[in-house]
Amino acid sequence: MEIEHFIERIEEEFEDLPGGVLKPTSDFKKVLDWNSINALVMISLIDAEYEVIVNAKDLNNAQSLHDLLELVKKKRTV
Amino acid sequence: MAVFTTRNTRIAGISACVPEKIISNWDYTWIGMKERQQLVNTIGVETKRAVDKYTSASDLCYVAAEKLVEDLGWIKEEIELLIFISQSKDYTIPHNAAIIQDRMGLPRTCVAFDIGLGCSAYVYGLSVMNNMMSSGHIKKGLLLMGDISSTGSRRDKSAYPLFGDAGTATAIEYADGFEEMTFNLQTDGAGYDAIIIPDGGMRNPTTKSSLEFKQIDKGIIRNNIQIVLNGIDVFNFSLREVAPNILSLLERINKTTEDFDYFVLHQANKLMNNAIRMKLKSPKAKFPLSISKYGNTSSASIPVTIVSELQKEISVNELNLILSGFGVGLSWGSVSLKTDRIKCPEVLIYEDHIKNYNPNRYHYIVKSK
Repeated sequence: MEIEHFIERIEEEFEDLPGGVLKPTSDFKKVLDWNSINALVMISLIDAEYEVIVNAKDLNNAQSLHDLLELVKKKRTV
Repeated sequence: MAVFTTRNTRIAGISACVPEKIISNWDYTWIGMKERQQLVNTIGVETKRAVDKYTSASDLCYVAAEKLVEDLGWIKEEIELLIFISQSKDYTIPHNAAIIQDRMGLPRTCVAFDIGLGCSAYVYGLSVMNNMMSSGHIKKGLLLMGDISSTGSRRDKSAYPLFGDAGTATAIEYADGFEEMTFNLQTDGAGYDAIIIPDGGMRNPTTKSSLEFKQIDKGIIRNNIQIVLNGIDVFNFSLREVAPNILSLLERINKTTEDFDYFVLHQANKLMNNAIRMKLKSPKAKFPLSISKYGNTSSASIPVTIVSELQKEISVNELNLILSGFGVGLSWGSVSLKTDRIKCPEVLIYEDHIKNYNPNRYHYIVKSK
């Protein structure tokens, strides 16, 4: 569950996003021009990749991609 | 676990009817072009159908039913069961099934009643029909379902662009020894408010404030008698529950996904249906989608998809199918069944057909005023 792999997957999924823009510390909601459809894409990606279902509160609480991946790790071990 | 098998019934035919008016999400100017692109490409809804102000779900179902009965050559006197499922009824009282029984000229010996369900309606409805018919006392029955969703707030981007209007009819007949159908039905009312119309029922009767439009979020303005859809909660529920429900059904009947020709899922959104497909590790070609043309047609979405996407094949071939509905309630379920060359007319356009069946189309509207 490396952050680099997570970023690669997001870049694949969000085709408009130029490579290298997303960093582990990025506020992904700002970079991705966040809306409810982006939220669904992110939930689906995390479920497919890590078999964890994040909810709206999880996404709201995470500021950076690093935060989000840590949350996924935590949920996975529960 | 509510897994059960029904015997001695077969689907004789399925028909679907939509209004002629097409609404394209490319023209949905309430949101920007980027979001419109996402709606079409990610959620999967490019166009949908919308009724005019005189047409109800029961009108669409009525045309679907008349055409199907005609194509089957059924004698109306022999139809003794009519179940209507909708969340957009003609009246609070009475039930739609009684109105349709009279309008179609079905006999007074016909059992006719409504069930209130949405996205899981088709699977639940089939289970009730089969159970009532399997003893052989009732030989022919009609299962009608449809919804009008185009009346939601146009200024609500979380719901309005997703839903389309449609009505359907499914003919079921007693068939001694026909392949059994197995159902796996589930419910979780803890999520009752994930899809809800808050006011207008007996819990919160309509008041003046029910009609006031409120800004709920960016791009979401609606009043309390319009549908609320918590997209993320519904998405999470579907990701969590649908594939395991289908897999436990398969396990119970000792079959695998490879034993089935098609999986016809409720058309909620393309992203969700693709995610469910990947969990079932099955090829794209086995998961027909009608959502790009008709949107999410609520209770009607499974029969609409069968008619729109499988019409030719289901008419000439035997098919093994898994059908799965999931949503409002929260309620979900799947069924395994076989079809053997059923009657399946092409998708009917309401305005083209209504004149064939009922020249006095406003009969019921006028009567209510």
